[in-house]
Amino acid sequence: MFRKLTLAAVLAVSATSAVAESEAHVENFDFSFEGPFGSFDQNQLQRGLKIYTEICSACHGLELVAFRNLHDEGGPSLPTDQTLAYAENYEVFDPSLLDGEGDFRAATPADKFPGSALSNAPDLSLMAKARAGFHGPYGTGLNQLFKGMGGPEYIASLMTGYEEPPECAPEDFDGQYNVAFAAGGYPDECKYENGDHKYPGSWISMSQPLYGEDVDFDDGHANDLHHEAQDVAAFLMWTAEPKMMARKQAGLTGVIFLIILSVLLYLTNKRLWAPIKNKD
Amino acid sequence: MSGIPHDHYEPKSNFTKGVESRLPIIGLLYTTITAPTPKNLNWMWIWGIVLTFTLVLQIATGVVLVMHYTPHVDMAFASVEHIMRDVNGGHMIRYFHMNGASLFFFAVYIHMFRGLYYGSYKAPREITWIIGMLIYIMMMGAGFMGYVLPWGQMSFHGTAVITGLFGAIPFVGESLQTLLLGASAVGQPALNRFFSLHYLLPFIIAGLVIVHIWAFHSTGNNNPTGVEVRRGSKEEAAKDTLPFWPYFVIKDLFALAIILAVFMAVVGFMPNYLGHPDNYIPANPLSTPAHIVPEWYYLPFYAILRAFTADVWAVQLVNFISFGIIDAKFFGVLAMFGAIFVMALAPWLDTSSVRSGRFRPMFKWWFALLVVDFIVLMWAGSRPAEFPYDWISLIGATYWFAYFLIILPILGVIEKPLTAPATIEDDFNAHYGPKDGGSATTPAE
Repeated sequence: MFRKLTLAAVLAVSATSAVAESEAHVENFDFSFEGPFGSFDQNQLQRGLKIYTEICSACHGLELVAFRNLHDEGGPSLPTDQTLAYAENYEVFDPSLLDGEGDFRAATPADKFPGSALSNAPDLSLMAKARAGFHGPYGTGLNQLFKGMGGPEYIASLMTGYEEPPECAPEDFDGQYNVAFAAGGYPDECKYENGDHKYPGSWISMSQPLYGEDVDFDDGHANDLHHEAQDVAAFLMWTAEPKMMARKQAGLTGVIFLIILSVLLYLTNKRLWAPIKNKD
Repeated sequence: MSGIPHDHYEPKSNFTKGVESRLPIIGLLYTTITAPTPKNLNWMWIWGIVLTFTLVLQIATGVVLVMHYTPHVDMAFASVEHIMRDVNGGHMIRYFHMNGASLFFFAVYIHMFRGLYYGSYKAPREITWIIGMLIYIMMMGAGFMGYVLPWGQMSFHGTAVITGLFGAIPFVGESLQTLLLGASAVGQPALNRFFSLHYLLPFIIAGLVIVHIWAFHSTGNNNPTGVEVRRGSKEEAAKDTLPFWPYFVIKDLFALAIILAVFMAVVGFMPNYLGHPDNYIPANPLSTPAHIVPEWYYLPFYAILRAFTADVWAVQLVNFISFGIIDAKFFGVLAMFGAIFVMALAPWLDTSSVRSGRFRPMFKWWFALLVVDFIVLMWAGSRPAEFPYDWISLIGATYWFAYFLIILPILGVIEKPLTAPATIEDDFNAHYGPKDGGSATTPAE
């Protein structure tokens, strides 16, 4: 009885969670950190850091991330001297200087990245987790479970999602048209009579940040738009979940340990009950 | 303890005699651990142990989290991220705690539906059932208040919605809501008191769990046949039962290990799958999320809350009869709490003389429909409040009440139950053959 019900329940839930996600167009990218055994690509995180530093940080902040984290294992893993040098590029306000009046000084690895420079540019530290449902909770479904689609896909799609606006839109409509962005303004001229949108996405106030070949990498790695978008998305996944590698390692160890324990307990239980069940 | 006849603890050494005469604690532990337990219990009887374990897990991880958490509107969000980033092992402890809540509710729902199917709520186990319902209500409160603590977008706006429910109560609602929040709006006072209560409730739950166990140790466990253990003599009872240790402890630990392996996989590989991404955005009173949705385990009752809108005729009727005191919003609140309340009344609404659903041919199907209904409501609760989800919620909510208030009372009268085995021993032997060498047949389910 219960077995049949459970099966029915599982089928019902999996059949229904596939709906939605039609409001915006989010592509599926392949990231090295997807799946239970996936891990961050250290070089990709360093490229993403470079893109963040040269482009994103002009407006956005990373106030939950400390410079020392760049040195951490499982992250970009910059060597000590590079971490120190990177931190020195930033100035932070230190209230203890000048006899308590406070003054600016060069950042040390213990300091955190500065916050956003513009009030309407959100902090990016957790963006890859905050946008995992592509704006609103309805997007988290089977795609997330089976394709590993989440925040990084959203960010990369947003970077590559700037397109020519559809002809129905007025010339002076606020913002830029982006097929991956669902939360922005949308002109009435591009709606059907029932209010549904004719085109995916909406108008975003952030102007297109990446065009391709915005950043040069020392090792000559490809810097077209698609690669850059993916690199910066991977970097922001790391800033959102810096302990991902440690977590997956702990998960794997735990699962293996518990499976072995289950087998031992299964055998113990079988042997214990054998005389009771007349099986000895 | 009364109930099933069994051996009592006899202290042997002078020391244990001395302790036992002053505080009979060794005897209490002995009786608890050797409690005679029906030997035909199936795998649906493992969830109690899972729940006990989860409660301990939540308290243990929670105590550590509190050491690093700051209950202040400007610092709470950052302090949770401090736990995730800087505290040694903090990310694992927090993910255990976060997903532990899901495990808790997953287990409690199966535990409750187990009770509903096998008639565990029926006499003489009504008190066990009622205490279980109290625990469930406390869990809902603790879960909700815990969700507020990270002070993310869903925390903040969820609090506004949920406390707003109490505000819908006529006459006293507004004062009640102000009392809950400690102010007229969600802010620092609300965060402080939710933090305090979130720490308190688990210990009340722990106390209730002890009473819950005490209650069913007095009546004895129910079992899949619903047939009572024979109590004529110790020998007779021993034919129907086995001591809790080692038989059921090992069985339960085996089941627990498998469940924890799955739990560990969720925590290790997809810890945010069951949560809402919006809660990784710091609370902002000025920006309301487009869709405020509670955690998955509240969704069935959230669907019932939203099902009764002002255009449902029953709502209009009640509104008219009560001279407008009960409006649609308050009706929804009453329906949500009523849905849990009717469940608590099941022992008196179920008129059938047969306890286990196994021997109730018609009941089986209505029960199966109730489980499907629960899952459909859960899904409908996660959807926007628009057509067709409002209709699905309304039908689902109606069936939920109909099951308890109409179907259970009527079934007991019109249904012709099958014959249950005379004793638990008979049921057990039907699966495994009698002790004196009958051939073993089909394995247990």
